[in-house]
Parts: sequence; structure tokens; C-alpha cells
Amino acid sequence: MNAPRIMRLLGLLRKESLQILRDPSSIAIAFVMPVALLLLIGYGLSLDAKNVPLALVIENPNADTASFTAGFFQSPYFIPVRFGAVQDAEAAMRERKVGGIIWLRSNFTRQMLSAGAAPIGVIVNGADANNARIIEGYLQQVWAGWLASYAAAQGISFAAPLTVDFRVWFNPAVESTDFLAPGLIALIMTLTGALLTAMVVAREWERGTMEALLVTPATISEIIVSKLAPYFALGMGGMALSVAVTTWLFNVPLRGSIWLLMAASAVFMLSALGMGLVISTFSKNQFAAGQIAITVAYMPAFMLSGFVFDIASMPAPIRVITYAVGARYFVTILQSLFLAGNVWPVVLPNVAALALIAAIFIAMALRLARKSLE
Amino acid sequence: MDANNQIAQASNRNSADAALRFNAVSKSFERDGRIVVALDQVSFIARRGFVTGLIGSDGSGKTTVMRLAAGLYRPSAGRIEVVGIDAASNPQQVQSIIGYMPQRFGLYEDLSVQENLDLYADLHGVAHSERAGRYADLMRMTGLALFTRRLAGKLSGGMKQKLGLACALVATPPLLLLDEPTVGVDPVSRRELWAIVHRLIEERGATVLLSTSYLDEAERCDEVVLMQGGRMLGQDRPRAYTRRLEGRSFHASASGVSKRALQARIARAPGVLDATIQGSHVRIVTERAEPPAAALLAGGEFPIEIAPVAPRFEDSFISLLKEAGASAPAFVSNAIAARTAGADGDVIVVRNLSRRFGDFQAVNDISFTVRRGEIFGLLGANGAGKSTTFRMLCGLLPASGGSLSLAGQDLRAAPARARGRIGYMAQKFSLYGDLSALENLRFFSAAYGLGGLRRQNRVAWALEEFELRPFADAPSRDLPIGFKQRLALAAALMHEPEILFLDEPTSGVDPLGRRDFWRRINALAESGITVMVTTHFMDEAEYCDRLAIMSRGRILAESGSEEMRARFKSAALPNPTMEDAFVALLAAGEAPPASAAA
Repeated sequence: MNAPRIMRLLGLLRKESLQILRDPSSIAIAFVMPVALLLLIGYGLSLDAKNVPLALVIENPNADTASFTAGFFQSPYFIPVRFGAVQDAEAAMRERKVGGIIWLRSNFTRQMLSAGAAPIGVIVNGADANNARIIEGYLQQVWAGWLASYAAAQGISFAAPLTVDFRVWFNPAVESTDFLAPGLIALIMTLTGALLTAMVVAREWERGTMEALLVTPATISEIIVSKLAPYFALGMGGMALSVAVTTWLFNVPLRGSIWLLMAASAVFMLSALGMGLVISTFSKNQFAAGQIAITVAYMPAFMLSGFVFDIASMPAPIRVITYAVGARYFVTILQSLFLAGNVWPVVLPNVAALALIAAIFIAMALRLARKSLE
Repeated sequence: MDANNQIAQASNRNSADAALRFNAVSKSFERDGRIVVALDQVSFIARRGFVTGLIGSDGSGKTTVMRLAAGLYRPSAGRIEVVGIDAASNPQQVQSIIGYMPQRFGLYEDLSVQENLDLYADLHGVAHSERAGRYADLMRMTGLALFTRRLAGKLSGGMKQKLGLACALVATPPLLLLDEPTVGVDPVSRRELWAIVHRLIEERGATVLLSTSYLDEAERCDEVVLMQGGRMLGQDRPRAYTRRLEGRSFHASASGVSKRALQARIARAPGVLDATIQGSHVRIVTERAEPPAAALLAGGEFPIEIAPVAPRFEDSFISLLKEAGASAPAFVSNAIAARTAGADGDVIVVRNLSRRFGDFQAVNDISFTVRRGEIFGLLGANGAGKSTTFRMLCGLLPASGGSLSLAGQDLRAAPARARGRIGYMAQKFSLYGDLSALENLRFFSAAYGLGGLRRQNRVAWALEEFELRPFADAPSRDLPIGFKQRLALAAALMHEPEILFLDEPTSGVDPLGRRDFWRRINALAESGITVMVTTHFMDEAEYCDRLAIMSRGRILAESGSEEMRARFKSAALPNPTMEDAFVALLAAGEAPPASAAA
């Protein structure tokens, strides 16, 4: 590098840093947006069923029904509400006031030990399939357990048809936040990185400063480096903040090394910023650049990264597409670093994939950006 | 035609010392699958040590020329040489040495004056040891020395323009390209910018290519390249353009006839190339170098005085345009029913009107009245408060203080009723570009509550009167700029308003289009419609019966245009222009910030 080139680069970097300090919008994108999204999605997108309101309809209350329903009142998963008639309970479910109905008919005691007609009517709201499955599973467990203890107490021999042994690995508490928060970081940093560069370059076009910048000795690579470096620092700041929120606010354990995490994040950040630069070569106004960044960065990262939807269960053609989504590799890296530890055979190939994507995007930006208005 | 050839030949003289050379350059763009020719076979040179003016209206191709010269566009055909470098094959080499100021100055508004200068010094590789002297020099030239720590976004329009120039000059470029540097800034700042450009030429021997749509700036250039519709009308010294018109320009005046009626009459007379209102006179350009016969002009109905005057640059532009085949606008009939309401009377009454935005006083205690059938102008630079005043008059913005009434209706008490009596033509083309001319007219008449037969009649009237029939079914965004403007005016007139508001109606329109437009406005005023217009073109003030000059929210002076100029007549300025009057008024009142610092 010769002296004029260094002078130009330093000048551009200083200009960019001053703009970051004076214009709150890029600081908002880097720091406020990730935290706001983490809080919003982190609290809103829990896959655990907790405190589900549950309607209890008991047509003939007696000692048996009381001992059976007692379990629901102690459970942290449900808030039982009593209804006199099943019609009232159904109305409440239609209004989404309850997530399910347990209906004990008048012949509950008589029927419960005999084979044949089900003595308990269970209606769950299938609109929330996840909740429905949890209520169903929990009920079966409660029913089987209660029946066994009832039979023992009454001295009746009773053979359960099946016993289920259930274990959960990596997420022993079955807290979905532990699983989701690391994925969420990948999602948010994809959006932040792409938005930062796409918006700041579009802003230069909109304000007419790019036209002046082009008619100077500065080269395309210098302009691109001056857009990458400051926003890389800003994006990594946002990344560190997101990790802090995840570990301290959501109490997600970080089992791997923080340094490995930051190194992998740096590679990922370059790929997201590079994508933003490529977007900026297509769109020269901030509104369109923002829309494109959300469509091509956020949506695939949300749906195709394995963060919510399991990649293995996707149709084969879609599964192929996921290989092009950088967030896919970063979600895997984050989940193993947070929940499992430094699993090198998982981390290394995924970091390599991210490095390749970053290199492709930055090379594309260098090739597509021209010192011309055409 | 042979006058054109003379001018074209002039560009071949001394071509060895050209800092910029365009050789048969064409440029076309593809838009929505269609090829649009922006520049057609343009050849000219910018001589070393000269200010070459690139003069033409909007859409004439000025910015395309600038961007081609800066290596930002590649020519579709032809060759461009910038100080000997082929711009098409070595754009970076060109970009590394020239100075370029795009239309919006290319400043970083969230950086201070000093930071902007530092950035461009870094980019152009100006050694740190040279900077102190260079900066001091630029600050002295531009008068920005007191403002080095102010953010560029907080500077006035005139100061931004000077800072943009300073940034383009940090590296002593061999060629300086300035794209419309004087548009929208006040006349004082315009004069200061020209002073800087001339000092550059003297002190540094710089070469400047400057584009402008102000025809009166032609005389400040060493050579002028005249453009129209992507073609070149000629290149020559400004004097050479006017010399061809020697003996063809006259003033006519007649007592007892209104100047507008006189002008309309003269414009129709045979042998008259151009007739415009100037003060109380009508300015005539004839087709041949002989005075027009009084009998032809007045038809023996009234006495008429004719005196020769010096030709202006605009006269030669008009004659070149007409020689190049531009058709003269057709005669405008007086198809709007003459108003029967009381001939005189104040139609617009404004008393102590104010408007503040936060702690910014956009309009500060202004008062004026406009009589029926009068054309009243509000003159001022961008940011003087013209548009804010207009918006309050149209009921688009509530006033912070004071009162205003339109056609006897208090705008605060009965805004809807008052609004039904006004027509408004906005600064930017505000019709629906996807709708055809016919659909736009139908929509606007429906919006004004016209239905049935009346709507049909008005739409038919508009198509006829504004000669829009050939374009009735074309999407209105594809209309030529002059026809867009006609359509916008027609839409504002659908409900036969008593008062017409025109916000910068002719900005960017070529002189022929402007004449056509003002002819229509004059006819409207003659039929009793009250017209209020804002403009930053000083020469348009000539069309106004009375005008108010605004600066920083206040009215500095209000009178007829002739009296306004007469006030500033002196030994040094025996025949002051409206711009001279404006500059003198600003100097007498509060001076703008930039000149206070200088």
C-alpha cells in the first residue's frame, strides 16, 4: 500500500466513524434493534406450554373426580377453570379463553376401570398444535399415573399397557429458550449486518454524496473497505450485546468458549455485511434497500436456518437451498457452542462454510460496484 | 441555418488548447424497454483558462454532458477527451484529476465544514504540509472562515454551494465541472459564486465547465454551449450570439392600452419573432433587422412608441430555437368566460401573517393585498418563506398568527368554501403519471365536484384550449415537460376558480415553453382571474403587475415591477434589472449570513 492510498483509506474511515457517531440510525440498527428483537421474540416465541388455561367440566363431582383433578391444580402447566356445562366450556374455547377442556361425565367412577367407552372427554385447541400436543401428552401421563395409584389404593390389580421412558438430552430442563435464543442471535445478526451496509450505501446515493465520491481518486475497493470496517466493529458490538442479553437475561448457559464464539461471529458478520453491500449495488434508495435486506436476509434466515423449522424434515429441494443460507451454519455453531461446548467437528466445517459465503459476497460486491452511474 | 454553421465552426478554432473535448458524442438510456436519446451528436470543447457555460433548460442534456465528462457515464457513440485522456476507456484516471461538483454539492451534511474539506483533501492526496495554505486560500475565497466548525447541513443554500466548490477545489484540478451550482440560491450568493469562479480563472488559470438554466448567466461566461433537447444549438462567445441580433430588439409602449393586451397583440403581428413584457414596455424581437411598422402592431387604433434596445442573450436563444424548427405556440383564445363580478376590489387580503416551526420563524408578520385580475408575484430564494406563505393561503397549513381572507371568505372560518374558489398548481408535477391526460382531467373535475354535462364540457374545453388532444390517451408521465405543465394548469382550472396559485410554475421549462405559459396566464388575468405566483427567476417578475420580495420570512419591499427597479436607478446602474433591485434590497436590509461573513 502506498502513501496516498493509506491517506484516502484513513480519510474515508474517519468520515464513516464521524457519521456513525452523529447519525443515531446506524447505532440504533446495531444496538437497539437486536436487543429489542431479542426481547420481543425471546419472550414471545416460547415453545413451552406454561400456565395454559384449562376448562374443567365435572358433571357429577365426587371423591374420585376430586382426587383426579387435584393434579391439575398443582401443575405449573395449567390454570384450571371450572365450568358447569360443557357448552359453556366450548364457548370459552372458541373465544380462546381456554386452551383445552377436560370433561368428566356423570358415569366417570363407574366407567373408569372398565374397558370400552372413554370416561374422560378431552378437547384441545388444535390451532396451536404445539400446545395441543403438550396438553395431550401431559393428560395421558396424569391419567395413567392416577389410575395406577388408584388401583393400588383400592387393591385392584391393573396392568398398564405401555410405559414410556422419556429423556431429554442437551436441554434437560426442556426450556425452548435455551434452544431458541442462540438461533435468534443468528437471525438478528443476519438482519443487522445486511441492513447496516445496505442502508449506509443507499444513503450516500440518496444524498448525492456518492456521485461526488466517485469522481475522486478513491477506488472501489477503498470505498468498500471503508464501508466494511466501521460497520464490522459496530455489528460485533451488537453481537456482544446480544450474547450478553442471552446469557444474563434469558439464563442460557454458554458451555463453549466465548473467544471461539466471537471468532465464528466475526466470520459470520463479514458474510452478512457482504450481503448488504451486494444489495446496495442493486438498490440506490434506503427504503428499497431496507425492504430487500429484510426479504433476502431475514426471511431465509428465519425459515431456512433450522432455527425454528427442522432442516431434516424439509423437502429435498428446499433442503438444498438451505446450504446457501449463511444463518444455517451460524445457527448450528451457536447452538453447539451454547448448549454443548467446543465441539470442533461441528464448529470447524460450519465456520469454513461461512468464510466461503463471506468471500463470495465481498467478491461479488467488488465486481458489481462500479465507479459509474450506469 | 448559416448562422448555426458559423457558431459550429467557431468551436473548431484553437482546438489544441482544449481541456475537454466532446467529439460527436451521443448517449442513450434504456427506460422501461424503450431507448431514450439523452444526447445526440454533441461536439464542443472547453478551452484552457476559460469558463465555458453549458446553457439549456431541464431535459436539454446538461447533466448528461457533465456525467460523461466525469467518466460516470460511458458514451454510446463518439469520443470524449479530458485533458488528453480518453474518458470512456480510463474513467478512473479522469476521476482522479478533475474537480466535480454534482447538483446537490456532494457534501456530507453530518460532517462539519472542516471535516468535509479534510475528507476531500485526503481523497485527493493533498500533502498535510500544503493544507494550511490551501485551506486559508479557499476560506478567503468563499468567506467560510468563521464557520469551519459548523455542520454542513446547518449552512444556508448559498454557503453549501460555496463549500461544495471549495471541496472540489482542494486539489487544484486542471478541469472543474460544476453542475448547476447556482440553481435555487439567492441572487447575492449567485453573484458571489461567479466572483469566485472568475478569481479562480485569474489566479490559478483554471478551466471551468459550468451548467446553468439561467440565461442571464451566459454573459458571465467566456464561451457558451447552448443546448436544447439533447442537441447543441451552438458554441461561441456570448457576444457573438447577441451580435447576430443587432438591430432586431425594440421596446414598444402605448398609453391607454394594458401592457398585457399590447403584448398579446404584438405577439400576433407578422415579422415579430418574440414579444415579452418588460416593466411597462413590451420587448420585441423582429425577424429582420428593421423596426416593426407601428401600423402593423397597433392597427392604427392607438399611438405606439417604438425604441431600439440592446439585444439580450435570451433573444438569440429564442431565435436559434425557432430557426431550429421549434414551432411557435399557437394563439391562445380567450375561452374563459370573463368574470362579471365587480371589476375592482381586494380578492386576497393578508394581515400580519406569521408561521413558526418550532423556534424557526418561516413567515414573519407579512401583509399584502391583491386586487381582482391582478398578477401578484412573491420573489425570493429557496427558504425565503414563499412556499410556506402559499401553503397558508391555500389552506394547506394553519397560520400561527394573523388573518387572511380569499374572495371575501375568512380562510379560518370557512376553509372548504374558500378552497372551492382557488386553483393550485404545485411546484412539482403533481398529477398521476400513470393516468392519461384525459383521465387526469376527469379525475380532477370529479374531485372538484363537477358532474355530468358540466364535467364533459370542462374536459373538452381543457383538451381544446391547452392543445392536449393529441396526448389525451398517453400516460401523462411521458408528456414533454411543457405539456405536463399545461396539463397541470388545466387541472387547476377545471372548476373555474377565481384565484389561481402557481408555485414556481416555469422552473426548468425552456424559454419558448415559458412564453407559452405566460401568454395563457396573461389571458386568464385579462378575463378577471386573480393570479398569485412564486418564483426565484427574477425575470419572471416582469410578468407581474405587482410583486413582493421576500427574504428570511419577511417582505422587504412590495410594489410594481417598474417602480421596484426605478427605486434602485443610479449613475452606476442606469437601467437596473430585477436582480439588481433584489441584491440592493438585501444589502439595504438584513444581509444574508454568507456575505456578512465575507
